[in-house]
This record gives sequence, C-alpha cells and structure tokens, in this order.
Amino acid sequence: MAKKLIIDGTEIEVEDGITLLQACEQAGIEVPRFCYHERLSIAGNCRMCLVEVVGMPKPQASCALGVNDLPPNRDGTPKVINTRSPMVKKAREGVMEFLLINHPLDCPICDQGGECDLQDQAMAFGKGGTRYVENKRAVDEKYLGPLIKTMMTRCIQCTRCVRFMTEVAGVEELGAIGRGEDMEITTYLEQGMMSELSANVVDLCPVGALTHRPWAFNARPWEMRKTESIDVMDALGAAIRVDTRGREVMRILPRNNDAVNEEWITDKTRHVADGLRTQRLDHAYVRRNGRLEPATWTEALDLVAKKLTGTAPERIGAIAGDLCGAEEMFALKSLLAARGVANLDCRQDGAKLDPALGRASYLFNSAIESIEKADAILLVGTNPRLESAVLNGRIRKRWRHGGVSIGLVGAPADLTYGADHLGTSPDTLIEIAEGKSAFSGILRQAQHPMVIVGMGAAARPDGAAVLALAARIARDAMAGKDAGWNAFNVLHTAASRVGGLDLGFVPGKGGLDVPGMMAAANEGRLDVLYLLGADEIDMNRLGKAFVIYQGSHGDAGAHRADVILPGATYTEKDATYVNLEGRAQMTAKAAFAPGEAREDWTILRQLSAVMGATLPFDDMRQLRAQMFKAAPTLAALDSVSPAAASGVERLAERTGKIEDTPFTSPIRDFYMTNPIARASAVMAELSIIKAGSGRIRAAAE
Amino acid sequence: MAVRRLYPDQPATFDFTPENLAWAEEVIKRYPAGKQASAVIPLLWRAQEQHDNWLPEPAIRYVADMLDMAYIRVYEIATFYTMFQLAPVGKKAHVQLCGTTPCMLRGSEALKEVCKRRIHHDPHHLSKDGNFSWEEVECLGSCANAPMVQIFKDTYEDLTPELLEKVLDGFASGNPPKPGSQIGRQASAPLGGPTTLKEKV
Repeated sequence: MAKKLIIDGTEIEVEDGITLLQACEQAGIEVPRFCYHERLSIAGNCRMCLVEVVGMPKPQASCALGVNDLPPNRDGTPKVINTRSPMVKKAREGVMEFLLINHPLDCPICDQGGECDLQDQAMAFGKGGTRYVENKRAVDEKYLGPLIKTMMTRCIQCTRCVRFMTEVAGVEELGAIGRGEDMEITTYLEQGMMSELSANVVDLCPVGALTHRPWAFNARPWEMRKTESIDVMDALGAAIRVDTRGREVMRILPRNNDAVNEEWITDKTRHVADGLRTQRLDHAYVRRNGRLEPATWTEALDLVAKKLTGTAPERIGAIAGDLCGAEEMFALKSLLAARGVANLDCRQDGAKLDPALGRASYLFNSAIESIEKADAILLVGTNPRLESAVLNGRIRKRWRHGGVSIGLVGAPADLTYGADHLGTSPDTLIEIAEGKSAFSGILRQAQHPMVIVGMGAAARPDGAAVLALAARIARDAMAGKDAGWNAFNVLHTAASRVGGLDLGFVPGKGGLDVPGMMAAANEGRLDVLYLLGADEIDMNRLGKAFVIYQGSHGDAGAHRADVILPGATYTEKDATYVNLEGRAQMTAKAAFAPGEAREDWTILRQLSAVMGATLPFDDMRQLRAQMFKAAPTLAALDSVSPAAASGVERLAERTGKIEDTPFTSPIRDFYMTNPIARASAVMAELSIIKAGSGRIRAAAE
Repeated sequence: MAVRRLYPDQPATFDFTPENLAWAEEVIKRYPAGKQASAVIPLLWRAQEQHDNWLPEPAIRYVADMLDMAYIRVYEIATFYTMFQLAPVGKKAHVQLCGTTPCMLRGSEALKEVCKRRIHHDPHHLSKDGNFSWEEVECLGSCANAPMVQIFKDTYEDLTPELLEKVLDGFASGNPPKPGSQIGRQASAPLGGPTTLKEKV
C-alpha cells in the first residue's frame, strides 16, 4: 500500500513501512543526520534529523518515525512535512549547538578534517558562533587496537560504531559506558577489538573520534587522487577506492556495491596499503653463482627466452598465483601454448576444481546477494569468517533476520552466528548425502538451500570426490524447486582463481597440475618453472628446476627464483578479476609501479618478442579483445550471468574414494595470506596480536 | 555526577555463595528461554549485596558468563545505573543523602555538612576507619518527611543535623536506630498528631 505525503510542498507517494527520513530522501530532500545509517539499526539519539510534521507540536526525529505512524489529516488530505521551515531551521541550529558544546574545535589537527560530517553539517545547518562559555568536557583516551586511533573527546555518542560491531561484525566488544554527559565509547577494559571488519567503524564515525591509526597525520583528503578499483585480498572482489598522493598509495577505502560488499571491507583489504610500498621488486634480477644480482631487462628477458625456447615443452611448467589479473594469465597461457606447454595451473593450493565440467562447478552460483534469500546453508570445509569476512557478514545478516538453519561440516569455529556444528570430516557429509542426518531433511525442505564448499574441502588429495559429494547434496536439495536457484557454491580464497579457471589456465592434455609439477621438479623431470606471482607453494621442493619469478614482492617465490621479472600490484595496473560468483570486474591503475617494474602483460608481450614468438597483441585493447574471445564471460563487466546448472549435474556424477581425514581451513593466519599482506607492517602487528591473545574474551580471564 | 570508573584495586575472583547461586538460578527461570539477560539487574544487585555493598569487576564477568552476555553489555549496565557502587563503600553505613528540591528546602544542605565533617570531605570516599561513606542522590520519594537519608535498604527521615549525628552514632556503635521518621511521627502522618478524623463517628 502506498502512502501519500506532502514533503516541502511536493506530494509524493511512498511505500509502506519506511521511515520519514527515507521518504524525504525519495523526495530528493537531504536530511542531515549523524546516528542514522541505512545498514544499521535505528538509534534516534543524535536528533539532527528533526523535521516538522504539521499538526504535531514538536519537531520529530525523522529517522525513527515510520510513515505508517502518520495518519492522514482529518479531512483526508495527506500529512504535510516541512524540512525547510523556520521551526526546522531553529531545531537544527539548536541540536548543532548542543553537539558542538563538547566537541573540540581542533579541526586543523584532526585527521577527519575535510571529510567530516560534523564539519560539513555545522557549515550547512549550524549557527555561525557559539554561546557556550563554560569549560568543555574532556574524555579519557581509549585503546581500540592497532588500527583505530581514538580521540574520544571528539565523540558525539552517535553509537554507530557500537551498532556496527554488534550487528554487522558480530563481535560484541564495543559499548557505551556511563550515562548522560559522561557517556563514553569503549571496549571491555580497553582490550582492543579483534574482528576482521573492525576498521569499518572509522568510516562510520561521523566525526574524528575514530580515525585510522596507521595513516594518522599523513595526508588530507583533498590532496589525494581517488581511483575506483577492486580488492584482491580475497575472492570476493570488494569495491574499493584507492587514494594516492604522488605515486604512493596513501589509503584504501570501501566503495558501495550492494551486490558484493555492501559498504564494508576487511581490515586486510584496507590496511594492506603499507605492504604496497615495502619489499617491492623494482629491478630485474638474475642469479649468478648462487646470488641474485641486479640485471637489466634485456639480460633477464634474454635468459628467460633462452630457457623457454631451449627446453622441451613437457619439461616446462607455469603456475599462476592468487593475485594475478586475467590479462597476464591469458598472455602467459598464449605464450606457453604456442610453445606446446601443457603444464599450466592456476590452482596453487591444489584445489581439485575442473573447468571442463562447466562454470557452475566452480562458481558461487547462488550469488552473494542471494544469501539474503537462503533458508538453509550448509558450510563444508570452510571458515567463511577467515576466507571471506565480508561474505560471512552477509550470512550473519541473513541469520539475524531469522528463519535460516546453518550447518557446518569442518573445523569448529566462531563464525559470529549460530551454526550447528554437524561434524568435522567427510563422514558427516556422506551421512547428509544419504539422508541419514537431520540436516538432509532441512535442506530438502528449504526453498532456497545453499551448500557452500570451501577450499578446505576442495584442496585435499580427495578434493574431487568431496566436491562431487557436495554437488550431489546440492543437486538433491535443488530437486523440484525454483529452477533459477543453484544451491552449489564454491567459496574461493584467491582473487585470480575464477578468472584463471574461466581462461582455462589448467593443465592441458597430458599436462601436470601443481602437485604434479612440484613432484616432477623435485625429481628432475621438469627443468623450467614459470611462477606468475605464485608464492604459496613449498619452494624447497622444486629440486634443481630453473625458476622464473614474475611478481611484485620479494616473497617466497623471489627468494627461490633464478630470474626475477618485477611486475605490478593490483593498484598499479588495469586488470580484470573475476570474483567468486563469476562477476568480472576491473581494477584501475592508481599509481605507477616502482623502479623498473612494469605491468605484467607488457613483460610477457616483450618476452614473446625476444623468444621470436610475438604474441598477437600490441596494446591492452587488442589483448582484451582476444581474451574476451577465449572467455566471453570476462567481457560482461560488473554483471553475473548464471552458469548452466548442468555443470553441477556433471560434477555430481563423479565418484571417487573419500578419505576420512577432518577438514581444515586453508587460512591459518588471516593477516598473512598473500605477498602484499606479508610485506605489510600493519598486518604483521595484527597477526602477532591475534596469535598472542586469541579471543579477547579468553584473554580477560 | 562524575565519570564512574572501576576501582583500581579489585579482588581476583567473585563467586556467588551457594544460597545466592540457588536464588540466582530461580531468578533466571522467571524469564523465557533466550531472555535470561533480563535477569542482569537483580543478579548484579545481589552480587553487590554479597560483596560489602559494592560491585567488583570479576562480578561483572561472573554475571555475564552466567547469563551468556558479552562482558561489555554488563559493564554498560553496571556503569549506567548509579545504584551500582563501583568502589568500596563504608562497611557500617553508606549514606545516600537526598539533595533534591523538597529535601534541600527542608535543610539537606546542613545534613551534607555533617557528612562532610564526620565522614569525608568528598562524596564516594571512605572515612578514615573505612566504616562510612556518603553520596548525594536524587529524590528517594520521601518528600513528605524531608530531609532524609537512605542507608543501605532503610530510610531515616525528618532529620536535623543533630538527628543525623545520632543516626550515624547508632550505626557506628552497631545499634542502628529504627528506620523511618526520627521524630516519632507515624509514617508521613501530620506532625503533632492527626488533624482530621480525630474521633470515631
């Protein structure tokens, strides 16, 4: 039922059940606010959103007043709302004056300056001066962990941070103690917050009470160039904004994308920025007499070309790492395919995903946004809180609405919501598949069931059989339901993975996969190994193979390498990444790679020329045109086209022996999962704190 | 009102006595399943009574664990309500002196002077022997018998500075006076005897 309102003289029809503030927004009128936030519960404590409802004697807090609570006038005419009347102006000025009574006027030394809601709204809606002459209140400093710098005197008690931690992050650690003027935001005994999403409270803080500690006093918002990009720290593909000054990435902030990350990003996504500066490979290196020595591009490429052309194709292998863009994987695949190399793999962790079965066999088919529709979720061998914390927040959001059963088969973990721990090993999965477990019935009865399989299940020796088993459970759960719903979901951990599988960066006919290549290298059957940003394999088990490392950071791969070709990170190149649900997205170049490092596809293009097998593209446009021909799904940027469900059917028909070893999460240390994060001092500090304290609650005892 | 902080010198642990534990379990049962958190105020209050009338930090965690609440949530409650004493109070008497308008008009300022002189210059501080402490509170609802003080669970009304001294003397010697009006009137009946319904009709 629609409802009619007259807002500032314009009659509009709004849907039932929304708040007056939302109605004003639909009418295109901006209502100032501090405590109200679309994704959090309504608190109604800042009073900045006061509007005049004609017929009510006092101004009303529009964020907390539903349009349903406004009956039409007695003569049947719609209610009249004014947001620009003298009463509203006076009310806003009054509220602003009260808020500013205890707020220090230290904007020149405040990091929020220039992007501060209070500053902006004081200019727009406040009075010019103050009548307050008493002493201002001062609040003791609080410790909220290494990411969040506090200046609690600036706090206006909007409680957005408290609501975020409690509702979205699911970690009840922040609270408001005391009352009235003495109210303070703090954690229990100031222990700092331990959540993968904690730094989002800084974005939510409308004033400078909570600011980013690692970037304190570094830059002003107006002097930074802002580039919209995509995150690659996990496979979610969160929308981010990269702020740069000169050629340095100063900070990374979230962007809004309702379909992917809403407006949250993980602490790793945000604070990995300092890792982009340290441990960088800014020069080509060649190993001479056992030592890596700086070399020119020509020397390095000549050596690589000699190795690649002078070695039999079956003795060459290539592994693509977790942060590679689709462009460089395509270029490397084209280059090596022309040499007849079949030993290609983009599945560093050894995940037994097979793109030959169809896209549906390796995608998060239900789509991230549809988690909010699910009524039964089975997590298999995964800890989404570590593997994709923002997606875990989405599951928590679904759980908070109620009416969903969540089961976990895998290592027990605190997921921030109530998940029934059904078992730790594939045995439990077999029971569910055979209908012997109570959860089988739940899945069968659910209208929108989801089976989420993590890399902890896929990346084990019997991963193929476990995936098939999970696909069978998903297929049986889908039977006879909404044809558009695909219950089978793979939760990837690597940003490059889906793109690599889409491009078919997997062993060709008779080719070796990652474990195969490593065994072959160890036994001397593989002479040349090309690591495209691959650092997460055991470098001690590569035997005497000649290792070419192309990447951005001096991590495990570079230490083992015989030749290093310095590449660019995701903030330094335009690259396509496909997120876990199959959404192709593009990063944007925000800064230049340091020193002599170059964008990765150009390195491969030049290498092909040196090898005498020039790749048939001279610029990014031509490369992409060919890449889109090879993998048409990559061309559909920012959209998800459902994969044919037959992929799940084909996967489900596979059989194999399943070992009864318990599932483990592939992520042992959330803050140290890739070379950029390992180069970051902030991530290292978080990692140490996390390892030392465990859960905060346990530490308090 | 000042910012209330936890007392720096806290006991290591807190546990309910067996009687209080049994009582607490009964209280929790009064609320429907999943709503045990509703019992937080009675439990904190009982913890305070058990612990010399002030609430130590381990008790906050103890109650939180008992009710399956986050520590910060119980901490918020304990700091919000001023009836929870976060620092030690007098062993023999903690004087809660009403300073709201009716009591003030009837002379509570003079009573405050007594407290300042006999107990400590500042509220929320222990007297030298540790037996007494005082604080000023808002209206306790005995306005007809103003001015008044509340000591633990009882109120002492119709006070003058001399009468308050007498009350405090009683607590000091271990013989607290009878609660209620200290000038002998019945409850809040008119001073000097009934003014209406003087005889049976």
